[in-house]
Amino acid sequence: MRITQLLLIVVSGLALAGCPKKPTTIAEGQTQEGPTGAETGTSLDSGDVSGSALSAEEAALEEARRVGTIIYFDYDRAEIKPEYVPIIAAHAKYLNGNPNRRVRLEGHTDERGSREYNIGLGERRAQAVRRALMLQGVTEAQITTVSYGEERPAVLGSDESAYAKNRRVEFVYSR
Amino acid sequence: MIKSVYRAVVCALLVLVATDVRAQLVIEITRGQEDAIPIAIVPFGWESTGTAPIDVAEIVAADLQRSGRFAPLDRKDMIERPTRGEQIRFQDWRYLRSDFIVVGRLMPDGPDRYATEFELYNVLTGQRLTGHRLSASTGSLRAMAHRVADIVFEQLTGIRGAFSTRIAFISVEGTPPQQRYKLIVADADGENQQVIASSSEPLMSPAWSPDGQSIAYVSFEDKTSAIYVQTLRTGERRRVSARAGINGAPAWSPDGRKLALTLSRKDGDVDVYILDLATQVLTRMSFDPGIDTEPAWSPDGRKLYFMSDRAGGPQIYEVDIDQPNRARRVTFEGSYNARPRVSPDGKQLAVVHLDRGNFRIATVDLATKAVRVLTQGRQDESPSFAPNGATLIYATQDRGRGVLATVSIDGRVQQKLTASSGDVREPAWSPFPPEPAARTARTGAE
Repeated sequence: MRITQLLLIVVSGLALAGCPKKPTTIAEGQTQEGPTGAETGTSLDSGDVSGSALSAEEAALEEARRVGTIIYFDYDRAEIKPEYVPIIAAHAKYLNGNPNRRVRLEGHTDERGSREYNIGLGERRAQAVRRALMLQGVTEAQITTVSYGEERPAVLGSDESAYAKNRRVEFVYSR
Repeated sequence: MIKSVYRAVVCALLVLVATDVRAQLVIEITRGQEDAIPIAIVPFGWESTGTAPIDVAEIVAADLQRSGRFAPLDRKDMIERPTRGEQIRFQDWRYLRSDFIVVGRLMPDGPDRYATEFELYNVLTGQRLTGHRLSASTGSLRAMAHRVADIVFEQLTGIRGAFSTRIAFISVEGTPPQQRYKLIVADADGENQQVIASSSEPLMSPAWSPDGQSIAYVSFEDKTSAIYVQTLRTGERRRVSARAGINGAPAWSPDGRKLALTLSRKDGDVDVYILDLATQVLTRMSFDPGIDTEPAWSPDGRKLYFMSDRAGGPQIYEVDIDQPNRARRVTFEGSYNARPRVSPDGKQLAVVHLDRGNFRIATVDLATKAVRVLTQGRQDESPSFAPNGATLIYATQDRGRGVLATVSIDGRVQQKLTASSGDVREPAWSPFPPEPAARTARTGAE
């Protein structure tokens, strides 16, 4: 048995002798930034906090969010359905009025099909929304896209109602 | 002093964590071979004082049983326990209907080392088929036992044993949006689990380097996808692709110098590329506006297989590395064939195949193009060949949870590896370990 293999086995076995190497713990990302209840269309009143008057920009963003922050798709499709056109228009209006703001489009799929294909499909969905925003005047520099494929479902479950909630593009604005 | 106490405590904590993790994968044989070969693996003799540090025979019997090709005799039915060939009374073992018998001994072999000597006999003829002496340090005794199983398996089937290999996979715990993703490496029998990387953002697509020393994988830790290569022994980690858009589906070339991968660049066109790891030079391998992804190398390194939806649904295509413009379609049966992996002999692909509404693992014979569905799940995915080509490991669902399963290439033997919590997915079977020639010696006359 070669030394390298022995070493591997010793390390992987967390052997009794010697302190084992720690696994790589990747620093926590700001998961809170992801989708929350506040972004699912009907906005929660963040205005409850007394004395915190919204700036004009924040109000405009709230306005766009009220129209909706998630676009849903049919199975294995990336076409934007007519009912979501108002959401695109609302965010285009906001971004056009605030050219220094950037939106991040996060593409997702349901769990069916292979994972890397779904990464491609989520990207295709995010790109469809990106193009629609750009057609309404939003600049390329204001938009980033990322595809999570099926890796970050909105809800767990293997039925059509779960699938429908997971096939989506989310509009995410960071501070 | 304080420092060393502190270190001991930290070690203890880590070991505790490791022990907890270790108990996670439970293997259940769901379908075995009817004509499995009956074999007796007699408990090995211990040639020292106290108790033996490991039960070699138990590990060997479990390995052979899991292969589905062998039916080890229950220990309770053994009326005698020979530890050397000359002690075997063959008529007794014939009476117990064992076709073959393994006997052996374990002994100290210097400080912190043990050796085992074992022999394999044909019970019907009394012929000695092989005998070996193996030696290992205390930390690698399980590996030594797996090596015994490898030798017995190869002697009796003509197929190299894959019991000394490992599997990498992704485990996910928690509910959205708070999930924890881990990249884990375990021995092929589910033991010795080690967490390689852990993140609150997705980890996916682990791929073993051909030398088994490193794993390439996709991590979203920077809120966008990037491909990392991590050396297992040292934990050293290198980001090899973090271009705009998708960085996905890494696959090592057989010589280990290049990665095939998927990029979408800025324009969002998802295509397959080859990245030279030393020079960072990128070469585009697919040119269709559709989704081209999931590359896999032919064993000779001359071709890539990949999935493309250029004809509507996902299908497998092949391309010569030298002529990336000329992709040829490989799969025609069924509306969905994706995630190709090439068998070690290069003669067939394992794919995800849509079979009457269910995603299942199938093989595609590259000469005849014949498709053979091997599994019965609804959501089977991510097939990966054992390095001996005899078995596939894949991900499936069991009562709403992601579990791993294996199926023999003829579909006859199946088993499930269930984790005690969370979902497990995306298994990748390691290559063979380097030949342990130096420490193995064949013993006795043939």
